[in-house]
Amino acid sequence: MAGQTLLRIENVHKRFGAVIASAGASIEVREGEIYALLGENGAGKSVLMSILCGVLTADEGRIVCRGVELQPGSPEEAVRRGIGMVHQHFMLVPNLTVAENYVLGQGSPLRVLSHMKAVSARIRELSDKYGLDVRPDALVRNLSVGEQQRVEILKVLYHGIDLLILDEPTAVLTPQETDRLLELLRDLVADGKTVIFISHKLDEVMRVSDRVSVMRDGKVVFTTDTSATNPRELARMMVGRDVLMELPREAARQGEIVLSVRDLACNNELGLPAVRGVSFDVRRNEIVGIAGVSGNGQSELALAMSGLAPATAGSIRLNGEELCGLSPAAINRRSFAHVPEDRHKMGIVLPLPLTENVILQRYNRPPFSARGLLRSRAVEDHTRDLVQRFKVKARDIDVPIQTLSGGNQQKLVVARELARHPDFLLINQLTRGIDIGAMEFVMQEVLKQREAGKAILLISTELEELFAICDRILVIYEGRIIGEMPPDRSRLDEIGLLMAGKEPSARSAGSEPVRVH
Amino acid sequence: MEHILTLGFLATTIGATWRLATPIIFASIGEVVSERAGVLNIGLEGIMLIGAFVGFWTMYETGHLPLAFLAAVLSGVAAGLVFALFAITIKANQIIVGAAINLLGLGLTSFLFRTYLVHTGQGVRIAPAIDIPLLSGIPYFGAPLFKQNLLVYSTLLLPPIVGFLLYRTSFGLTLRAVGEHPKAVDVAGRSVALYRYGAVLIGSGLAGLGGGYLTLAHANQFVEGMTSGRGFIALAVVVFARWSPAGSFFVSLLFGMFYALQLQLQAEPSIHIPYQALQAMPYLATIVALLLVRNRMDAPATLGVPYRKA
Ligand SMILES: Nc1ncnc2c1ncn2[C@@H]1O[C@H](COP(=O)(O)OP(=O)(O)OP(=O)(O)O)[C@@H](O)[C@H]1O
Ligand SMILES: [Mg+2]
Repeated sequence: MAGQTLLRIENVHKRFGAVIASAGASIEVREGEIYALLGENGAGKSVLMSILCGVLTADEGRIVCRGVELQPGSPEEAVRRGIGMVHQHFMLVPNLTVAENYVLGQGSPLRVLSHMKAVSARIRELSDKYGLDVRPDALVRNLSVGEQQRVEILKVLYHGIDLLILDEPTAVLTPQETDRLLELLRDLVADGKTVIFISHKLDEVMRVSDRVSVMRDGKVVFTTDTSATNPRELARMMVGRDVLMELPREAARQGEIVLSVRDLACNNELGLPAVRGVSFDVRRNEIVGIAGVSGNGQSELALAMSGLAPATAGSIRLNGEELCGLSPAAINRRSFAHVPEDRHKMGIVLPLPLTENVILQRYNRPPFSARGLLRSRAVEDHTRDLVQRFKVKARDIDVPIQTLSGGNQQKLVVARELARHPDFLLINQLTRGIDIGAMEFVMQEVLKQREAGKAILLISTELEELFAICDRILVIYEGRIIGEMPPDRSRLDEIGLLMAGKEPSARSAGSEPVRVH
Repeated sequence: MEHILTLGFLATTIGATWRLATPIIFASIGEVVSERAGVLNIGLEGIMLIGAFVGFWTMYETGHLPLAFLAAVLSGVAAGLVFALFAITIKANQIIVGAAINLLGLGLTSFLFRTYLVHTGQGVRIAPAIDIPLLSGIPYFGAPLFKQNLLVYSTLLLPPIVGFLLYRTSFGLTLRAVGEHPKAVDVAGRSVALYRYGAVLIGSGLAGLGGGYLTLAHANQFVEGMTSGRGFIALAVVVFARWSPAGSFFVSLLFGMFYALQLQLQAEPSIHIPYQALQAMPYLATIVALLLVRNRMDAPATLGVPYRKA
C-alpha cells in the first residue's frame, strides 16, 4: 500500500534558548500511508511537525515535498503543497462559527463574506462524505472537545490537504470517538491521502499505522514497519527501558469514609441538569474510578465537588464537614486537591513561570509565604524538587509554563496536587497527554498516595487508566451512576454496555454481579 | 419647572443629545475596532485632543473645512501609529503607552496652542448646519433634529459601515479572530501585528475625527484640555455596549443625553442645583454604567495582551 516517497524531512535542527527541540531529525513519509510518530513528552514531535507545516522555522535542515524544497516558516506554502495539521492544542477561534473558522485567513482580506452559504454547503457535503457530523453554523465554543476535533480535521480536508498531520488526536477522545477516528484515518488513506499520526497510545499505533518512528531527544532513533514490531519493543525504544504494563499494588483495605457524596445534583453551563442525584463514598486507602463517555456529567460533577459550580441539591462531606456552598478557595484550604480536566482552563496559568504555577493555591501560606511576603527560596526549592521527582522537562523553573510540552505541563499539575498531601484527591483525567513511561510513573505515585491512606476519586474516559489503579469503578450515564464494577479487564464488555446506558444482560457465570444503584 | 415638561424642551434635548454624543460615537466605535483586535487603547483622550488641536490649527491657517477635518483624522492616525509602534511592535504595556499618549496629547497641544495660537483669540468658521427639507419642518422636533451639521448625520452611517466591516468581510473576521485567538490567525498564515496595526489606526483616525468635531463643528475655538474626559467616556461606552458598533452608538447617545440635560438644566432659572453638580452628571453616569456591567464575558479574550510569535 505504501507508495513512493512523498516527503522528506532532512536533518532538522531547532533550539529554544538552551533547549534543543530538534537535533538533526530526519523522517521520510510515503504516499498513501499512515505514519506514526512516537516519543516521550518533550521528545520534539510537536516542534518537528510545526516546522513541517511552516508554523515554526528550523535553524537548520530542509523539507522536501514531492521533489520540491519547502520555503521555511510559511504556513501558506505548506497549505499550497497540501500539508495541513491538527494541532495538539486546537487552533479554533471559540466565538466564531465553524464555517467562519474555515474561511479565516483564506483569500483576499478585502473580500466580502458573501459566499458563506456556499462554504456551509461544501462543509456539509464533506462532513457527509466522511461521516463527521460537523454543523457549519455551530459556534465553536459550544462544541465538546471531540466535536472540535472533528471540526479541525474537516477544516484541513476543506482546505484540500492531502498530507494530514494529527498531533495526539486521541488524547481527548472517548474510546468510541477514538474508534471512529481511526476508521476515518483508514477512509482517508483509501481516498488517496497520507497521514502522520502522533500518539502515546501504543495499541492505537499498532492498530492503525503502516510504519512507525520513535523520537528521542529531538532525533529519530528507530523506524520500522508496524507489522514488524510490538508494543513492548516500541515502549523500550521510547523510554530506553522496559515499561511495566501491569502495576503491582497492595490488596484493597477498607479504611473509614473520607468523602461522602449524597444525592448530588447540579446544572451545566446552559442551566440544564447535568448531574441528577449521585451518591457514593470514597474511603481511606481507596481509589474509586468513575467511567463514562465524556459529556455524561463528569465535568459538572468535578466542578461541583471543587466548588467551581454550585450544586442544586445534595451534599458533599469531607471528613464529615459539608463542602457544598463553600468557595473554591475554602475547599482548597480543606484537605482537598484537584487535578482538573482541562489544564489550560483550570490547572495552570500559561504565561506564569513554573514556580508561580506550583504555588497557585498555597502562595499565601507557609512555607511559601511569611509575614505577607513570598519566600522565593522555598518556592524555588519546592519547584525544583517536583520537577526532578516527576522528570518534568523544562529549560529552567522560571520559564513560562506554556513553553513546556503538553505532557510536561500535565506532569507538573499532577505533581503539584500530589505534593499537597490532601486527605482527598479529585483527579479528572490523570494521564491526558502523558507518555507511557511517565504514565507508569504517575500512576505509581497515585498508588503510593493510596497506600499512604488517601482517598482518591479518579474520573476518566480511559478505561485502561481505571483498570490499572482503581479498586472499584462506578459507571456514570446521563448524570446518574448506573452501576458499579470491579476493575476486571475480562468484564470490559459489561462496562462498555453500562457506559452506553444499557443493562448488561449476558453475564458470564461465576462473576460477581453488577451492583446497580 | 413646567418648561421642562414641554415638547419643545424634549425636542431640544434630543437634538442636543445627538450633537453632543457625536464625538463620543466616533471615538467609541473606533475603539470597538481596536479592542476587537485585542488592543486596548486608553490613549483616546489624548488622540482626540490632538485631533481637536490640529483640526483647529489647519482651519485657522487655511480656512478650508474639509482639509481641516482631514488633518484631524490624519493627526489621530499619526498618534495611533506612535501608540501601535510601542504597544504592538515593541510589545510594551498597552495601559502605560496609552497613558503616555494622553499626557503627550495634553502637553503637546497646550504647548503649541500657547506658543502659536493663544493670542489669536478668534474663532474659526465651523461646519454649517444642513437643513433637511420636509423633515426639518416637523413641528417641535424638526428644527432641533434635522438642522445639524454633516458629521452629526454621518454618525447614522458609521455603525452599519463598521458593522459590515467587522462581520461581513474577511478583514473583519480575521480582525475579530486576532482579538480572540491570535495564534490561530498566525497559524492560518496572516500577520497578527499587521491586523492590530490596521485596527489601531482605524480606531485612532476616528478618535481624531471625534476630536476635530469639537473645534470644527461644536465650539469654534480650541481650549486646553477641551476633550474633558470624552475619550475616557468612550472607553466606558465600549464596555457598556459589549464591543458592538451599533451598541456603542446607542450608549453614546445615552451619555450625550447627560451632557445635554446638564446644559439644558443649567440654563433653566427655576432649577436650583449648583451647576457643578450638573456638570458632574456625565461622569457620574459613567461610573454607574461601569458598575452595572459586571459580566465581562464578552470582552475579546486577548484584550490588552501583546502577541509573541513562537
Ligand atoms: N515555544 C517554545 N519555547 C521554548 N521551548 C519550547 C517551545 N516549544 C517547545 N519547546 C521545548 O521543545 C521541546 C520539545 O517539545 P515538543 O512540544 O515538540 O514535545 P513533544 O514531543 O510534542 O511532547 P508531548 O508528547 O509532551 O507533546 C520541549 O522540551 C519543549 O519544552
Ligand atoms: Mg506534543
